[in-house]
Amino acid sequence: MNINLKIWRQKDKKDKGSFKAYKLQNIDPNISFLEMLDILNNRLIKEKLEPVAFDHDCREGICGSCGFMINGQPHGPQKATTVCQLHMRSFNDEDKIVLEPFRANSFKIVKDLSVDRTAFDRIISSGGFVSVDTGKAEEANSTVVEKSNADEAFLSAACIGCGACVAACKNSSAMLFTAAKVSQFTLLPQGKPEQKERVQSMVATMDEEGFGACTNTGACSAECPKEISQENIARLNREFIKSQL
Amino acid sequence: MNCFNLSSKTPNGDLHTAWTRHKNALQNLSKEEANKYKVIIVGTGLAGASAAATLAEKGFNVDAFSYHESPRRAHSIAAQGGINAAKNYKHDGDSTMRLFYDTIKGGDFRSREENVYRLAETSANIIDQCVAQGVPFAREYGGLLDNRSFGGVQVSRTFYARGQTGQQLLLGAYSALSRQLKTEKVRFFPRHDMLDIVLVDGKAKGVVTRNLLNGEIKAHHADAVVLATGGYGNVYYLSTNAMASNVTANWRAHKKGALFANPSFTQIHPTCIPVKNSFQSKLTLMSESLRNDGRVWVPKQKNDTRKPNEIPEQERDYYLERIYPAFGNLVPRDVASRRAKEVCDSGHGVGPTGFAVYLDFKHVIENKGKDHVKEKYGNLFDMYQNIADENPYKTPMKIYPAVHYTMGGLWVDYNLMTTIPGLFSIGESNFSDHGANRLGASALMQGLADGYFIIPPTITDYLSKEDPENKKTTNREVFQSAVNKTEKEIDTIMNIKGDMVVDEIHRELGKVVWDKVGMSRSGPGLKEALDIIPTIKEKFWNNVFIPGSKNDYNQELEKALRLKDFIELAELMALDALDRNESCGAHFREEFQTKENEAKRNDIEFMYVAAWQYNTDGKPKLFKESLKYKNVKLKTRSYK
Repeated sequence: MNINLKIWRQKDKKDKGSFKAYKLQNIDPNISFLEMLDILNNRLIKEKLEPVAFDHDCREGICGSCGFMINGQPHGPQKATTVCQLHMRSFNDEDKIVLEPFRANSFKIVKDLSVDRTAFDRIISSGGFVSVDTGKAEEANSTVVEKSNADEAFLSAACIGCGACVAACKNSSAMLFTAAKVSQFTLLPQGKPEQKERVQSMVATMDEEGFGACTNTGACSAECPKEISQENIARLNREFIKSQL
Repeated sequence: MNCFNLSSKTPNGDLHTAWTRHKNALQNLSKEEANKYKVIIVGTGLAGASAAATLAEKGFNVDAFSYHESPRRAHSIAAQGGINAAKNYKHDGDSTMRLFYDTIKGGDFRSREENVYRLAETSANIIDQCVAQGVPFAREYGGLLDNRSFGGVQVSRTFYARGQTGQQLLLGAYSALSRQLKTEKVRFFPRHDMLDIVLVDGKAKGVVTRNLLNGEIKAHHADAVVLATGGYGNVYYLSTNAMASNVTANWRAHKKGALFANPSFTQIHPTCIPVKNSFQSKLTLMSESLRNDGRVWVPKQKNDTRKPNEIPEQERDYYLERIYPAFGNLVPRDVASRRAKEVCDSGHGVGPTGFAVYLDFKHVIENKGKDHVKEKYGNLFDMYQNIADENPYKTPMKIYPAVHYTMGGLWVDYNLMTTIPGLFSIGESNFSDHGANRLGASALMQGLADGYFIIPPTITDYLSKEDPENKKTTNREVFQSAVNKTEKEIDTIMNIKGDMVVDEIHRELGKVVWDKVGMSRSGPGLKEALDIIPTIKEKFWNNVFIPGSKNDYNQELEKALRLKDFIELAELMALDALDRNESCGAHFREEFQTKENEAKRNDIEFMYVAAWQYNTDGKPKLFKESLKYKNVKLKTRSYK
């Protein structure tokens, strides 16, 4: 298949940046989207030009490194899929494909399609943990957790921190990301003792980092490659209000 | 170069009390005293993050470096199946002794008894720790933790979180680390590559790093350095490792004097999605846990082009069940991989390339229903369908072995210290616990055992005997010259200005290493590899082209610096494989096999760890640490 790419090129965070067009021919529909970019980059390097920078590492859809906008959608058209798990068979011959970095004030552009998502780490380090020192844990099976709660906590904990939720949101809100972590610990007995401080501190950090307020439109969940549910946000709101009482 | 007396420092006497006795004899430091010391940790996956968190809890100051933007992105996250622990929750006869025995036997009697026993002993504490952190392990309806079984064992001791156990354990360690970031006991340096170790009076006292975003080369000093930098499977180009997983930190330490042990012990995982085309950038693993319920088969007829569903039961060869009636589809990885290669090489392979076998879930779906399978393996099935474009609920998966894990690594003693004083190595980056083959669900176990429970007391003991560096700076000649050397190397590579892309050269290297130092090796093949690799090295130094600037986010330069070290490592791997005139575990030398095509060990001549010393003249020197088995009886592995 042949494809027509329009890719955002930006040297660094100070550069203004612009779109550049590239045409690729005879692309095997069975290769992955990132392998298609590898082919483009290989060609650019051969032409002594700078390749397109993009983040990626595991290429198994779990590390959360990859992610950019494909035709206006974070991670592209396929539901519940990271860019690295997207294949060219999702596109048609002669398609126009526009690639842009995740756009959010709190995610500064590093280069081309690569952005800085370390704000997420700062949200986690403000409370996304259980305070238990190594070696001070009790026997594992002395804590019984109802299976349904354990399963639900797992679904919240499945977040890969890719930032698609922020990119999908017109307010660049990090509510879904923050709520997923708050939910995991709310659902488990281990998280109970620090519940109040956790939710307050994580929400405060989220605000300090410049993420916007929740729009309640659900774009975040719809675009989340791990299908983290909006219910997490409801749970965060409930916990946040409870913590103020 | 120095001559080493390779002392493993393993405790004498009773195996069951060895670690406790050893720990009790180690020097401790109070929090106030610990606060005077700084430890550098390179790599923040399971091993590095758990070590960083625990050392900070004990009062040490930690500088942690990673090439990732966040510790949560380390490749530990991709481990799917689970983590072993001798909890015996299933009352199926499991015990520390049994986990120890399974691991020693699985490693084909090429690992240290004392290390492996300690690993088994620590396993139960890991689960306690992770549960306390809120890791959402799978649970039974009664609310207790669930287990499943894994290859190479007959008990159910594997704890799991669907097919995302590595993710959940890493996020647990990451959260413990994040808690310390808040206290500022840990400083995290994202997007930094370590390019050199700095020695002061022969002891590791710092590192040189490159900031990947702006190219800044900088020295950092500390009282000790811990490498938790993972394995070197990407030497094969195609592997299940993450794209940027590399050997650079370990290799640079090796060139500064740390011995490299058993480099040729590389694990080829049996259940991966087969290679499809020449642009392929990486291989994807399907968790070994699938072999619990999936049955492996090929058509009995050679070059059979029928669809799998058209091949009747009596014309299928469930070869693992046929050859190994006792373990069936759950034989260890090396055995399953080699047998897959064998059936494909003899013309029974399936799929467009003929290099694949079926992994079939038809029987379990018929017996227990689709929902049961979905609950257990849902995300793996989705992943398969997405990549292979076939529905594994309806048609069997096609799988083929791929490079997955490296048992070899930096040589360490019982304290996990390398042959450079003050330089420690933990997790996959060391060689210590898996011998010639690692059992499934044991990598997560080792990473966390090393990080949470073993390195904290041993490094404390080391530091208690050192004067703190805290008043000193990197304004010393030895740090400056290390920075200059690194800068010069980068300039040299930038200035080659040839016409080959880094990946092109890497693919060439990978093909040689896969063909000659892969699933099976032979004397002549290895010699050939030793002839070819230097020509690839030459290509690199004469023909590589790096676009852009060194003071920029330059992913090609990163790759080139890593490839340079992989090329040098590849030579050592071939040399090590050639030197070991026996077959053991994953190291299968065609000349040394039994009549049934199983690995034929030579315990009289080769029951040792091969630890190689780097020499500038290009001729590595071999040191041998002989292995002694006092608590298990040596025998030929049999899974029949």
